[in-house]
Amino acid sequence: MTEPRAALNLIGKPFRRVDGRAKVTGQTRFADDLTFPRMCFMRLHRSTVPHARIVEIHLEKAEKMPGVLGFLTGEDLPVSFGILPMSRDEHGLAVGKVRYVGDPVVAVAALTEEQAEAAARAVEIEYEPLATISSVEEALANPEPRIHEHGSGGNLHRKKSMIFGDLEQGFEEADVIFEDTLFYGGNTHLAMEQHASVAVPEDDERVTLYSSTQIPHYVHRALARVLELPASRVRVVACPNGGGFGGKSDIMNHEIVTAKMALVLGRPVKISLTREEVFYCHRGRHPMLMHLRTGFGKDGSLKAQHLKTALDGGAYSSYGVASTLYAGALQTATYELPRYRFDTLRAFTNKPPCGPKRGHGTPQPRFGYEVHLDKAAHALGIDPADLRLRNLAPAGLITANWLQLSSVGLGRCIEAVVEGSGWRRRYGKLPHGRGLGLACGAYICGVGLPLYRGEMPHSGVQLKLDRSGGVAVFCGQAEIGQGSDSVLAAIVAEVLGIELADIRLVVADTDLTPVEFGSYASRVTVMMGNAAYDGAQRARELIATAVAERFEVDSERLVFAESRVFDAEDPEKGLSFAAAVAIAETRFGTLGTTGSYRPPTPPGRFQGSGVGPSPTYSYSAAVIEVEVDPATGLFDVEHVWIAHDIGRCINPALVVGQVEGSVYMGLGEVMMEEQAFRRLPPRLSGALVHKTPSLLEYKSPTFRDVPPVTTYLIEEPDPAGPFGAKEVGQGPLLPIPPAAANAVFDAVGVRVDQVPIHPHMILRALEDKARGKEGRFGPAAFPDVDFPRNLIVPTPAEGGDGTALNDPRSQKQAGRQAAKEKPSAASAPV
Amino acid sequence: MLRLPRFEFRVAGSASEAVAILAGEGPGTRLVAGGTDLWPNMKRRHQSARTVVSLMSIPELQGIVGNGGGEGELRIGATTCLADVAASATVRERYPALARAVDAISSPPLRNMGTLGGNLCLDTRCTYYNQTEEWRRSIDYCMKEAGSVCWVAPSSPRCWAHSASDSAPMLAALGGRVKLVSAAGERVLPVAELFANDGIDYLEKAADELLTEVLLPPESDSRHSKSSFWKLRRRGSIDFAVLSVAAWVRTDAAGVVEEARIYLGAVASAPLAATSAAAALLGEPLGEESIAEAARRARKAATPMDNTDFQVQWRGRMVELYTAAALREIAGLDPGVRAPRHLTVLSS
Ligand SMILES: Cc1cc2nc3c(=O)[nH]c(=O)nc-3n(C[C@H](O)[C@H](O)[C@H](O)COP(=O)(O)OP(=O)(O)OC[C@H]3O[C@@H](n4cnc5c(N)ncnc54)[C@H](O)[C@@H]3O)c2cc1C
Ligand code: SF4
Repeated sequence: MTEPRAALNLIGKPFRRVDGRAKVTGQTRFADDLTFPRMCFMRLHRSTVPHARIVEIHLEKAEKMPGVLGFLTGEDLPVSFGILPMSRDEHGLAVGKVRYVGDPVVAVAALTEEQAEAAARAVEIEYEPLATISSVEEALANPEPRIHEHGSGGNLHRKKSMIFGDLEQGFEEADVIFEDTLFYGGNTHLAMEQHASVAVPEDDERVTLYSSTQIPHYVHRALARVLELPASRVRVVACPNGGGFGGKSDIMNHEIVTAKMALVLGRPVKISLTREEVFYCHRGRHPMLMHLRTGFGKDGSLKAQHLKTALDGGAYSSYGVASTLYAGALQTATYELPRYRFDTLRAFTNKPPCGPKRGHGTPQPRFGYEVHLDKAAHALGIDPADLRLRNLAPAGLITANWLQLSSVGLGRCIEAVVEGSGWRRRYGKLPHGRGLGLACGAYICGVGLPLYRGEMPHSGVQLKLDRSGGVAVFCGQAEIGQGSDSVLAAIVAEVLGIELADIRLVVADTDLTPVEFGSYASRVTVMMGNAAYDGAQRARELIATAVAERFEVDSERLVFAESRVFDAEDPEKGLSFAAAVAIAETRFGTLGTTGSYRPPTPPGRFQGSGVGPSPTYSYSAAVIEVEVDPATGLFDVEHVWIAHDIGRCINPALVVGQVEGSVYMGLGEVMMEEQAFRRLPPRLSGALVHKTPSLLEYKSPTFRDVPPVTTYLIEEPDPAGPFGAKEVGQGPLLPIPPAAANAVFDAVGVRVDQVPIHPHMILRALEDKARGKEGRFGPAAFPDVDFPRNLIVPTPAEGGDGTALNDPRSQKQAGRQAAKEKPSAASAPV
Repeated sequence: MLRLPRFEFRVAGSASEAVAILAGEGPGTRLVAGGTDLWPNMKRRHQSARTVVSLMSIPELQGIVGNGGGEGELRIGATTCLADVAASATVRERYPALARAVDAISSPPLRNMGTLGGNLCLDTRCTYYNQTEEWRRSIDYCMKEAGSVCWVAPSSPRCWAHSASDSAPMLAALGGRVKLVSAAGERVLPVAELFANDGIDYLEKAADELLTEVLLPPESDSRHSKSSFWKLRRRGSIDFAVLSVAAWVRTDAAGVVEEARIYLGAVASAPLAATSAAAALLGEPLGEESIAEAARRARKAATPMDNTDFQVQWRGRMVELYTAAALREIAGLDPGVRAPRHLTVLSS
């Protein structure tokens, strides 16, 4: 679906975002801005204990508080939910037990927010405390008491091992083998907007939920399930989000409870979370321990890698099954890795649930890989940039773990930042304290498979056109600040040759707009964009057909530009877009078109192959310059050069904004951000709490702390994206933490193998080095875990067919497939 | 959203009205100036009040007045906002380190609201305490408010919440004084004596006393005295200090140190007088060795606790480096550590 016509009117030029004026003038109505007649307010009483059975809930005092209208407890919402159908382990309100400090237990509605808050505070709960789990290590050591009854036994949520190709052979071919253990700390999204929801009961047992969510479609499905209503009676409207970053891409307890409360009370109910509650909703970056073992040829060529990851999942599954697989799935997308083994586990702990944050599951192993490569480059005496260039994955490759790559702009990205930063001149040669570091990354442009099974479209767009010349575009996509609306409008405007101002958007409303999976997985531009392109193209064809008949020219000759439709050979011969639509309306009746998108079927067919595939992948490379003070261990990031393979910019202003935003977020993670927890002395207290659930104490960089960023956009249109576009919302974060860590090494010659890098870590490593020890701060070892039942999948190069040799499910499928199409079922691709 | 509890709000038109209200209403009454400390504390329910009296409509509490032109004592009204203090030409010229300290407080919007008096009376801080009611309930509270244990030092009988004011150590080092007024009369105290090293009862000021002004001694602009202020915090803006070092040194014409004062912020419940450190500087010109000795002593005096940002052992080490840096700056030596971005260049 690459752009067929040479000249583009709008695409590729910086234009003002369609929602920009409303946002800067305060006209945008976020969920918290909504009010309705008779609206009341809800607050949640959250657990103050980390793990306990609920003995009794006392509402007596709270019931007597002024203004109270009603309560809900877990009994009122017995049906469970969860974003992934295989792990629906959440309830609107705790049923039977609580699993972390912040777990919602009772909902209170009252006439004012103050009254609801006071009543929530007056709720008293008797708990029977249970022992708590605060880390992966503790989860491994203590299978009892279990936080959940489901999972891979004890307090392990998931354990999985996949071997792609003959790993031993791979390591045998290696001249050298390197091993590293690294840790990536947990952190949270910190969107400016705190979550809010308003539920409005409608007549005939219907309910509408307005919410700050990235995923109205999945919230819609969950509400129908939990409220036990037909989906047709539930409407979800995603208000523009004041930032999401993945923090609003899960179904949240308060969304479910607000809708239920509205139905019970028969009046609109609003909840606005406090910042502290947002820290409890979390779904942020998993703390992850990693072990890498990689075999290289003397020339630096990659032979085989064995990656082990252990994720601290928090108290619920959330996207955990997917996060666990993402912790290894994209390692193969940047450099050609012939053989690969990936072992992973996720533990349940008594902390707010982790989930997807910008880069979902991949920044951690990417940090591990890119630091590991930097060390290998040193040991091998190869420039880190050259080591990467030498191993670049070629375009169109099917990787060892069966990802189908499309275009690969990584080489050009590396060259751009190497050039821009003066790498060849300066790397390794700066004075003590100054250093440069380089790292890369790759990210998906949407997920190849839906979160629930089915062959229906992932993205849908509807267009309504009429004689006014205006075009209304209906799309289920949620604008979360990233520019979704602007991309949608621009693609339609480009295809129809009209101005952005002539387009009206109706978005993210499950009653009015076709199904869209939502704003996550960097799927918006590619998937929604393709659907919008499809729908607009169909509208264009209708208009072109009618106009061609009227002018008696070949419809192929018609040009749509400058709000006109005209003959390419004779531009005078033409008419305004509005007049053209009128002709089409006359010819065809009322006009409307639809567009939809479903990604291509991925080549992998083993269990777990659903995580990783994407229509294409974006690539980024970064060089970071740091200044480290060897006296204190404090460091400043002085400059970031980043190149991003965007395929094609729909709007370069938005693209650069996303790149810079990702850079700053990545810097926050490596410099300071930490979702840290605190246990009180166990002999005195069983408390296990978020250390500092506040904006002041959860440190995220200010503008004073971040450097200038030089961005290079690498444009190489990709056949998978609309006009050749790829994603930009998440990928550029990936190279940032490892590039910074590598730069610290270049500056002072010591390694901090963990994120965030605190000054005491650098200082400690420097002192160790001065004492003749290894100049390194980081985790000592990966826990001794058995990963039985490995899935064994031959690679494409080994003649595999995308199935596992020992996966019962895929064997059945393969059998069926072979019976259907006898001859070439197992032919080796590439 | 976190909301304020209900209370009666009164606006005093004069200092005497304010103290009359304080005397009349008794306990349960609090003063508010910029509110940048009090309002968040009340929202989180660790400070409460039946009546809050605003000081922001009292003209006599505002502004900076130099007595006797460039030579005499400088009076800064208690409700002068921090931005005005930092921008004042007189302050910048005569007490450049004070301008730097005030400029390093929080962020621009908070400096526009926050006042110097409020900064001095600022509550002590601790990560176990500066949290919401619900959070504190989950740790069963602590000694500073509603509980019985200090989680920072569970066997300790006292609260170790730290003094968080950046202006306090600096004003103490400069030999500043404060005027306190109550219905019963008025008194003037050295800034250093305004504080007690106790996380709960951190002020020597009585509840019914109003701080009306800060007085800076005229001699601090003498040609042979110099001062410096170094602040350590995570970020270049917004954050409270995890350590601040305020140093003031007076030499004779030959450059021999005659008098020195060093106060450390955020490492005790009051601005900590590092007297033995300061003593190490006396009787010789300010140089490498005496500075190193003073820095070592300062580190010994400090008791950073694990109740703020950064690893606690590392903060202890920084006391030495930052004390040395402040003194070295005064001596015109390379500070030895990289100056954080938030420290303005000392004018003059
Ligand atoms: C995010 C954030 C960051 C901050 N960072 C810093 C920082 O880096 N450094 C720092 O020093 N401070 C910091 N502060 C604290 C605070 O903003 C400043 O200390 C400010 O100067 C307080 O002044 P105020 O007028 O707003 O005080 P208020 O909140 O009005 O008052 C504070 C206390 O002093 C009492 N009080 C006020 N005026 C008087 C008076 N005239 N007489 C008697 N009692 C009085 C009040 O009753 C109250 O108990 C920060 C605050 C926040 C919220
Ligand atoms: S130092 Fe101890 S008593 Fe004081 S606020 Fe902190 S935990 Fe509470």
